[in-house]
Amino acid sequence: MRVVLAEDSVLLREGLAGLLERFGHTVAAAVGDAPALTAAVAEHEPDIVVTDVRMPPGFTDEGLRAAFALRAVRPGLPVLILSQYVQQAYVAEIMGPGIGYLLKDRIGHVREFADAVERVAAGGTVVDPEVVRQLLAHRRDPLRRLTPREREVLALVAEGRSNAAVARSLVVTEAAVAKHIANIFAKLDLPLAGDDHRRVLAVLAYLRG
Amino acid sequence: MSGVPGASGVPRVPGRVPDPLEVPLLLPGDGPRAPRTALRALTGHPLGFLRTSWPWRSLAYLLSGTVFGAVPALVVWLAVAAGPVAAVAVVAVAAVPGALLAGRYERWLLRLVETAPIADPHAAPPAPGPRAWLRTRLGEQATWREAGHTLLAVTALWWIDLGFVGVGVWIPGLLLSAPLQPSSPLGPALSLLVSLGGVALLPLAAYPVTIWAGARATLVRTLLSDPGAELAEITRSRARLADAFEAERRRIERDLHDGAQQRLVALTLALGMARLDLPAGSPAADRVAEAHEHALLALAELRELIRGIHPRVLTDLGLPDAVLDLAGRSPVPVETDVVLPRRPPPAVEITAYFTVGEALTNVARHSGASHCLVRGRLVSEDPRSGGILVLEVHDDGDGGADPAAGTGLAGLADRLAVVGGVMSLSSPAGGPTLLRVEIPCP
Repeated sequence: MRVVLAEDSVLLREGLAGLLERFGHTVAAAVGDAPALTAAVAEHEPDIVVTDVRMPPGFTDEGLRAAFALRAVRPGLPVLILSQYVQQAYVAEIMGPGIGYLLKDRIGHVREFADAVERVAAGGTVVDPEVVRQLLAHRRDPLRRLTPREREVLALVAEGRSNAAVARSLVVTEAAVAKHIANIFAKLDLPLAGDDHRRVLAVLAYLRG
Repeated sequence: MSGVPGASGVPRVPGRVPDPLEVPLLLPGDGPRAPRTALRALTGHPLGFLRTSWPWRSLAYLLSGTVFGAVPALVVWLAVAAGPVAAVAVVAVAAVPGALLAGRYERWLLRLVETAPIADPHAAPPAPGPRAWLRTRLGEQATWREAGHTLLAVTALWWIDLGFVGVGVWIPGLLLSAPLQPSSPLGPALSLLVSLGGVALLPLAAYPVTIWAGARATLVRTLLSDPGAELAEITRSRARLADAFEAERRRIERDLHDGAQQRLVALTLALGMARLDLPAGSPAADRVAEAHEHALLALAELRELIRGIHPRVLTDLGLPDAVLDLAGRSPVPVETDVVLPRRPPPAVEITAYFTVGEALTNVARHSGASHCLVRGRLVSEDPRSGGILVLEVHDDGDGGADPAAGTGLAGLADRLAVVGGVMSLSSPAGGPTLLRVEIPCP
């Protein structure tokens, strides 16, 4: 898989490039600002863009904007966004197929991170658990009917994990996970859907009310 | 009750306490502990007072004040010489410049009996030229205070000055000179006795002269200084201090964020990669796994630390997003409704942020609430003076929140006071609780 990486900290950029290569991907370009990201994507046509939100020159949300400008021209271009903190105001709005949103701290969990890159590249949706936690914190009423276990399952589902992955993560059987999910969807009045990312989107759509 | 530190949540404005750092120009021979006004000098040792220059300065002050007596004399003379119409015309034309000059003269004279100078209360005209000058002068309060002062000086102060000088100097002088009076009905012995009485009276006269000089100076200072100047300066310096602290916090946050935090992320990444390469179950793998966990924890802790110093979400996105972030961290469900048409200054923003943070912490810890609402608006917005940032934190908990009970509310009030904000709390037993904060937002 060919990756274009945009991150202004040299230390992290090199670390991320090393990580991606360790998992068998090709880092076509590793750049340090938004214009270079746009140029690199035009040149290399990568399978996925991994970008920091904040980048030079303005240090606000250049990376995010550049990524979405690229997506406007190349519909469906997978983008994994790395952020220093959860920007709740728009995180639920920007999510969609082939988009991932992770906090930078998550990079340290290398296996999960590599897994997230692959899932986003495959058109899936990945949301940082912290986002789900914060969104859950806002919501009362129906979400309060969920048991703590169901909340855990919901958070993992919102990260874009399959039933098997959720089951591994919680050390339960897949059947148990399926039952939890059915319960959650029933409690939240969510339509049942097949694809992972559709489930995620359904959850997010619900969470942002 | 207010004697207990931290017991009172009400911000206190410092009074007129002698402040060693505020010492103005010293009089010759005066030490730092020397009294700074004639009135203050009176409260010292009675004999010591007589040895100071204060009685003489007071006398000179009162004598200089009698100059104002010349004005009515001039008016009377004009009225007699050129007719009352001319007198009224001259007074009308000379009124404003005369009052300004009189004010300046009195402020200058005041240095005789008070060492602290009065700052000129007049504003600088916005444009050069006599027209702008006149408009500024006629439009400001200071001019009319000076006019009032001049009226008072011309009608009353000068003859009271004269009266005290008369009592203080003229009467003892008259007594002293008794033996020299050629037509004295007293005999030589009695004259000498009267003269000695004059000698005894002379130092006593220093007291009424100084008392009136001090009282007059206080009156003049009240009339001729800018009443808000001192408080405004305290407020400004407090705001500057708050801004400096704020800038420092941001710098520390930036340094930690760009330095330590990035390195820790890189470290967790490197350790995570190392774990992949080590054979599972080997001693090295266990050690690296342990190190990796520690690094992840350190990163999480550093993140929290940075958030406590100055949250990046606030710097980047402003108060509504930062409040949303706080709400997301609260164990109690929090609804937020913060809508601001513009970003408040950094010091106001950070104070508002920490206020909401502390309030939400209190709600989670003490209230037993199941729901909380944070509202924020900018009200009374005015293009010149700005507006007021109003924040309200409602919760449906048990109530009974007490600022004196060490719930952090007192600390909040102190923090707010720095930016001129006020806090009000309604928390009846049984709830609900409403915390309302208002911060001036220039």
